[in-house]
Amino acid sequence: MSEKLRSTPLLDELEKGPWPSFVKEIKKSAETNTMAEGTLGQLERSYMDKISHWKHGGLVGVMGYGGGVIGRYSDLPEEFPEVAAFHTYRVNQPSGWFYTSDVLRTLCDIWERHGSGLTNMHGSTGDIIFLGSTTEALEPCFADLTANGFDLGGSGSDVRTPSCCVGPARCEWACYDTLDACNDITHSYQDELHRPAFPYKYKFKFAGCPNDCVASVARSDMSIIGTWKDDIQVDQAKVQEYAANGVDIEAEICRLCPTKCIKWDGKSLDIDNAECVKCMHCINVMPKALRPGKERGATILIGAKAPIIGGALLSAVFVPFLEMEPPYEDLKELAEAIWDFWGEYGKNRERVGEFIQRVGLGNFLDEIGLEPVPEMVAHPRSNPYIFFEEELEEDE
Amino acid sequence: MAVADRKTDIGPPDFRQFLPPIIKKNYGKWAYHEILEPGVMVHVGESGDQLYTVRAGTPRLLSTVTIRQFAELADKYCGGHLRWTSRHNVEFLLTDKSKIPALKKELHEIGFPVGGTGNAISSIVHTQGWVHCHSSATDASGVVKAIMDEVYPHFVNMDLPAKLRIAFACCLNMCGAVHCSDIAVLGVHTKAPIIDHENLPKLCEIPTLVASCPTGAIRPATVDGKQSVEVEEAQCMFCGNCYTVCPAMQINNADADGISIWVGGKVSNARHEPMFSKLAIPFIPNNPPRWPEVVEAVVKIVKVYAENARKHERMGEWIERIGWPRFFKMTDIPFTKYHIDDFRHAGETYKRSTQLKH
Repeated sequence: MSEKLRSTPLLDELEKGPWPSFVKEIKKSAETNTMAEGTLGQLERSYMDKISHWKHGGLVGVMGYGGGVIGRYSDLPEEFPEVAAFHTYRVNQPSGWFYTSDVLRTLCDIWERHGSGLTNMHGSTGDIIFLGSTTEALEPCFADLTANGFDLGGSGSDVRTPSCCVGPARCEWACYDTLDACNDITHSYQDELHRPAFPYKYKFKFAGCPNDCVASVARSDMSIIGTWKDDIQVDQAKVQEYAANGVDIEAEICRLCPTKCIKWDGKSLDIDNAECVKCMHCINVMPKALRPGKERGATILIGAKAPIIGGALLSAVFVPFLEMEPPYEDLKELAEAIWDFWGEYGKNRERVGEFIQRVGLGNFLDEIGLEPVPEMVAHPRSNPYIFFEEELEEDE
Repeated sequence: MAVADRKTDIGPPDFRQFLPPIIKKNYGKWAYHEILEPGVMVHVGESGDQLYTVRAGTPRLLSTVTIRQFAELADKYCGGHLRWTSRHNVEFLLTDKSKIPALKKELHEIGFPVGGTGNAISSIVHTQGWVHCHSSATDASGVVKAIMDEVYPHFVNMDLPAKLRIAFACCLNMCGAVHCSDIAVLGVHTKAPIIDHENLPKLCEIPTLVASCPTGAIRPATVDGKQSVEVEEAQCMFCGNCYTVCPAMQINNADADGISIWVGGKVSNARHEPMFSKLAIPFIPNNPPRWPEVVEAVVKIVKVYAENARKHERMGEWIERIGWPRFFKMTDIPFTKYHIDDFRHAGETYKRSTQLKH
């Protein structure tokens, strides 16, 4: 049937070279699926015209949900009728993106039955992305998904699909159970995830250690980053092994430590743990010799976002150390307190990070009921324009 | 199906049912790991159990045909167990070390390279582009493919001073949140939106539209007797937020859209705190199908970094040590007025000392 695929000389250029080709992927589905064939055609047109040929979505979705489906229409429906309507499902992934071959085949069966056969493994937020469904297919596909234990993820102004790193499933550095926390939070907030009721999106990302493999500090309104309070666990014999095998401990460990709290006398590694900021560098270089401490938990940071609207932000420290044990009640209380305040006073399409900048972190803490601590700032204010409050004058 | 039978709000399946037995047994009890060769890791449990991971790059956009192939490989080599990483790599989870070469061979035969571990370039996190997005200033998959074809040796080897993370977003919405990457490739619009006055009142709420503009460049206006808006073009920085809230504000422009390149960001806390990527190249016109100018620019930056950074130094740490003037000199990238911030808090980015290299 491949001889029937339309001619795509520009895209064909992207089948060359050693890296796996998305064009080959589209063609694999196009062999048996007309929507994938239409995608190929319209994409070739975009390569000719140097412009997208997709239009805004409009309101499409499954009954009772406000999120989870991204509506998409072609602006060339006569030319590419196969993709006139080409909506996306966000299918909530299992924590840590673990699958069995059987469950993957089930997902493939569902998607070949109802859509283009094209996917993203995975979308930016972490969902399994099913690319390209007609409006009529949305409900039946959703019924098939839920019958097989899957549900939709978030989109729009709601809790977005939480995601997490591989955590304790396959990482010795996980300072809490990222997979369980992610799964628990996702299940606890199904209503907030499926029915947008916030000023804008709210993302959770769960990273097990300060290496932050899910980029939570850059990409989530609530970043839960594992850390520890006590001493780095050291196996001195293994440190010596690394040294013997060519690691220059002085140059690669001591001099690169951000607080210079490590000494090496050629025999043993001496860490002044009170000065350690838990950056992970020494542990990353010598994973057999060094491990995070045993008193583990997470730092909670809030407010990261991409540029739209008021500029990009990294998350900022909110709770320096929080124990992370199920059912994660402290974390849930914090999230819900934020949603109450931001939900009431946040402007349309204002992320929590921007909202905090507008109302001031100090005022925000007052409302949430947290005490200010110096860990929350890079440094105290340097400008003297202080909004002293009336109570202060009265107290004095 | 009757409404009463409809299942909703069941949430994602519990991940525990998909974990291989060795992970269930050693969950939370891993002792250490080693990278045995590019793309192959062993995790050793306190029990002594050994779990082998073989990581392969993918284009993110996958046909169900390929997913079925991965499933077959997982059956053949891993008892049916596999996972994906946060950077679109697929990982096969083995308990039998002796099966690794055969799995690698089969992955190679179906076109999926093993690598992406340690001091390497891993897969490029990216967005939809022209494949599926309405506001994209460029394609995503095509640029990513063209870049990865050229930096491929750094995926299958571990020959860089530190890990190097490239990310791609096709507009300023940054679905890929690329703003903290060693190299960020970002689609940009450079012309103000063209307003469809005819349809705007039908499609959009004017107060919402006016409020969507970060610089206050959009004002209500009556055009040919119809309620619409006007754009103060001198105030527009082409973010496209108005187009996101109102389809009648067409921001896509075939002649004016293109790509910018940003460098030196990171999210990890190792050594240096997380930092944003900063502007290296403000604009390169779209040149499909393989964007040679973008590829050349990325390859050049990677090369200069690889030759000059010290061991363990990420791109941003290297640039901070040598200073931005030297970065621009070493990479032959012209410094222009566009490199100087002029949005909120811009003054914080000015150099305010005499600590300069001459």
